[in-house]
Amino acid sequence: MHSNRYTFIYAIGISILTAIILATTSVVLKPKQDFNLALDAKSNILKSVLVEPSSSSEIERIYGKQVEELVLNSKGDIIPDVKANTVVLKEELGKNLEDRKLPLYIYTDDKGGKNYVVPMQGVGLWGPIWGFISFESDLNTVKGAFFDHKSETPGLGAEIAEKPFQEKFIGKKIIDGNNSFISVNVVKSSAKVDFGPEYRVDAISGGTITSNGTNDMIRNCVEPYLVYFNKQKN
Amino acid sequence: MAEVLEKPKKEGLFSKKNIAIIKDPLDDSNPVTVQVLGICSALAVTVQVKPAIIMTLGVIFVTAFSNLIVSIIRKSIPTRVRIIVQLIVVATLVTIVDQMLKAYMFDVSKKLSVFVGLIITNCIVMGRLEAFAFAQKPWPSFLDGIGNGLGYGIILITVAVFREFFGSGSILGFNLVPQWAYDHGYVNNGLMMLPPSALFLIGGYIWWQRSRNKKLTNIS
Repeated sequence: MHSNRYTFIYAIGISILTAIILATTSVVLKPKQDFNLALDAKSNILKSVLVEPSSSSEIERIYGKQVEELVLNSKGDIIPDVKANTVVLKEELGKNLEDRKLPLYIYTDDKGGKNYVVPMQGVGLWGPIWGFISFESDLNTVKGAFFDHKSETPGLGAEIAEKPFQEKFIGKKIIDGNNSFISVNVVKSSAKVDFGPEYRVDAISGGTITSNGTNDMIRNCVEPYLVYFNKQKN
Repeated sequence: MAEVLEKPKKEGLFSKKNIAIIKDPLDDSNPVTVQVLGICSALAVTVQVKPAIIMTLGVIFVTAFSNLIVSIIRKSIPTRVRIIVQLIVVATLVTIVDQMLKAYMFDVSKKLSVFVGLIITNCIVMGRLEAFAFAQKPWPSFLDGIGNGLGYGIILITVAVFREFFGSGSILGFNLVPQWAYDHGYVNNGLMMLPPSALFLIGGYIWWQRSRNKKLTNIS
């Protein structure tokens, strides 16, 4: 049996040792991890406009050349001096609408056509969900959508991160003929609703809470941009 | 103590005894179906085959290296705080794996998300440390870790294959149930997507295993 003294010293020693190891790994790997996170965000933005470069250098190149980052205020004006990647979406969503900063990404394709990409953040069943939705230059038709999640159930809620679900959004619309906001609604296929098929996407069976979360996320995150979109149309 | 009895000639790295250490957990002393360890994660990560495979690799790595490290320092560990020391070793390893994945294999780390953290709570890791690594030399402990990780993986992947096939009609994301089957009224089994189905499947596996393996019939 070891003495109390030995036990204490051993426990303290191993704690300090592992703390040093972990702190070192964290510090050493941090720049690489941050780079990966930034690259991931860029690749997700490109995915939402249906561009999927294969290599990371390709992503950097296309993003750097063809994507413009803007930050808007709730009146639809561009805030100069604020970078889109410094805006934390989660914090912005907690603020009043008037104080929110709204990051927007504009992708210009090879022919000069513009796609507007809106970042989104919401809640699923087990944790946060997020994504990007892009609009054609008419600022109404959805060009593509990308969703991801932290911990939704594989096979159920996690299906939002899969291609088949995301492809359903292509070509949907958010605004009706009277210029009022309908959003793309994620609803049960049997649900009776008073808007046409171009405003709805079938929810995932068994993933109701995640589907509802996605629905709310799109609605909450896209609506503030309408002021800017209307300005662009005029 | 055992040291007096065991002083045989130097063993080869892959002697019969060492091979048995790897092979036993695959069937005779399977961590899930015989030792009944790691059931909780077997329910959680077996909805689809891919996470099950990745989880298996993670668990093999962690059991092998935590067994190795604990076995190396086993004589210096004060017995009264041994569980805490083992936990520190496991948690450190898992955190390092997680950090490395985030830095060098970002795509894989995204797919794993919460599963990496779950490895810490996997009873197999702690169970093998207590039952094996704490009393054995480093090399056999390392092999024991690999063996138990594999034994766990076999169950995990078997269950996941059944659950993904009957629950979503696919394996590894490839659709296997043809569209005409759905057109003729075939429906994916929703129960297979939920954790209880893993329990039924593991139960079925244990039944099949015991009816086949004579060594296990007298245990219960």
